[in-house]
Amino acid sequence: MASGAIERFDNEARQKFESMGQTVVYRGELLRHPVYTRVIHWTVALFFFLALFTGFGIYLPWLFKWFTPLFGGGPLARQMHPWFGVGFVFFFALQALNWLTPMIWKPSDTRWMRNLHKIVSNEEKMDPPDTGFFNAGQKVQFWEIVGGCIVFIFTGAILWGGARYFGATAVAISYVLHDISALIMLGGIFIHIYLSTIGEPGTFHAMIRGAVSEAWAWTFHPAWYKQVTGRDPVEACEQARREMDAKR
Amino acid sequence: MADRKTLQATQISGHTGAAPGFDVQRNYEVCKLIDTTTCIGCKACEVACVEWNDMPFQPTTFDNTYQTMPKTNWNFWNLIKFNEHQNPDGTIQWLMRKDQCMHCADPGCLAACPADGAIVKYSNGIVDFNQENCIGCEYCVSGCPFDIPRFNPMTKKVYKCTLCSDRVGQGLEPACIKACPTGCLKFGSKEDMSFIANERAKQLKDHFGFANAGVYDPSSVGGTHVIYVLHDATDPERYGGLPKNPTIPWSYTVWKWLFKPVLGTFALFGFLGVLAHYVTTGPRVPQPEPPRKEELHG
Repeated sequence: MASGAIERFDNEARQKFESMGQTVVYRGELLRHPVYTRVIHWTVALFFFLALFTGFGIYLPWLFKWFTPLFGGGPLARQMHPWFGVGFVFFFALQALNWLTPMIWKPSDTRWMRNLHKIVSNEEKMDPPDTGFFNAGQKVQFWEIVGGCIVFIFTGAILWGGARYFGATAVAISYVLHDISALIMLGGIFIHIYLSTIGEPGTFHAMIRGAVSEAWAWTFHPAWYKQVTGRDPVEACEQARREMDAKR
Repeated sequence: MADRKTLQATQISGHTGAAPGFDVQRNYEVCKLIDTTTCIGCKACEVACVEWNDMPFQPTTFDNTYQTMPKTNWNFWNLIKFNEHQNPDGTIQWLMRKDQCMHCADPGCLAACPADGAIVKYSNGIVDFNQENCIGCEYCVSGCPFDIPRFNPMTKKVYKCTLCSDRVGQGLEPACIKACPTGCLKFGSKEDMSFIANERAKQLKDHFGFANAGVYDPSSVGGTHVIYVLHDATDPERYGGLPKNPTIPWSYTVWKWLFKPVLGTFALFGFLGVLAHYVTTGPRVPQPEPPRKEELHG
């Protein structure tokens, strides 16, 4: 019942945002992310980096104190950091609702994870044929951020209120958990940015224009390709290869 | 004056190394001695503190004790804590303890503070807050085992007793010492004050029947620059919650100085990892890959 309400909310939001922006899909392309998803993604990204950079100066001032002048100095950076965090958690919550269904873990994801080393080493040029809209790596990162956000909400509230309201021990523990959660996300963001830009060319368009090439789809998300086009991804790839060879 | 040396700060919060702070002109380690056995709870030191530091007094809550207010405040750094203690033999003691910053040799507030130069420890042992550098994160509040730093919601800064570093720097004693009428407050070098404190404790043991009398100078924070003479040093808690074994939370010691940089480096490995992947394995491209350009054979 609850998921029905979420779906209705998401559909309405999608339609509303679609009327404000647009997604142009050319021949040989597939619609990947509608306007609503892209807007949330970049809002989340903005708040993430604002919170990250204001947090840097508080985390290791002797290394990162050059970040704080960007935000008007230490006191202002400290004042704004929790608000940026609230923005990040809020907009990521919208994205989490938006993506709840495609992010559900499936048996095929466990198989994908076991196969991970072959994908990282580029031994297998294409993802396994049962890789859907999101692969298991994306799902791991998604659920890590969901967990991290829950940690941020509780520890962040305690750090915001401070030892006056929550006691010295609670603050001392929260501050460590808050740091660890941020460090995991920081490590993850490098991988995220790499794979969505130079690591897997063509991916960036999915979040900018909202569309991806069919070749991208059958290479990285074959099951999703099959679902939206009805064609067999391996067959489609082979056909494209034959056409390419014929042209030479 | 020839004997007045310009001293340097020895430790600065969130700072890589020593840096000049305000000059503090007593070269030796200073110490405030509080003899709780001769304190009469007159509150002259409280008034002197508010007067010298020019802090406005405000209405307070009366909670049926001989205590000016329940806790110290951002504009009230010096509070005589009162406790009516009943001994096992039925006799009663009125315990008065002057509560203020202990100026630890190993300050928890300074360890917890992430702001460059907000908390400074001088070579004479005084731990001082520089509010112009404070970012108002209140980590010091949770780092302090004595619950001393107080947040001012108006200025968003934290305040506490300075041990009158401004007066001490000019060769004067702290304001509270000057005001004390019974002589239960003394000020001088750490060495001298420790000697006097131990003599007094011995006197209490030998001549006044306080078998557990002793000096409170907890080694768990490296000793303090404010020390107490207590009737019963085995139970400092009864003196308005003086911790028996004050400790700095490990999150401000182990985590901050060891794991923070180490785990930060691990997060950086995410960056180095993807870089290495790009260089060694190369990107994954949509299939089929367009044929590579033929190499030029020369």
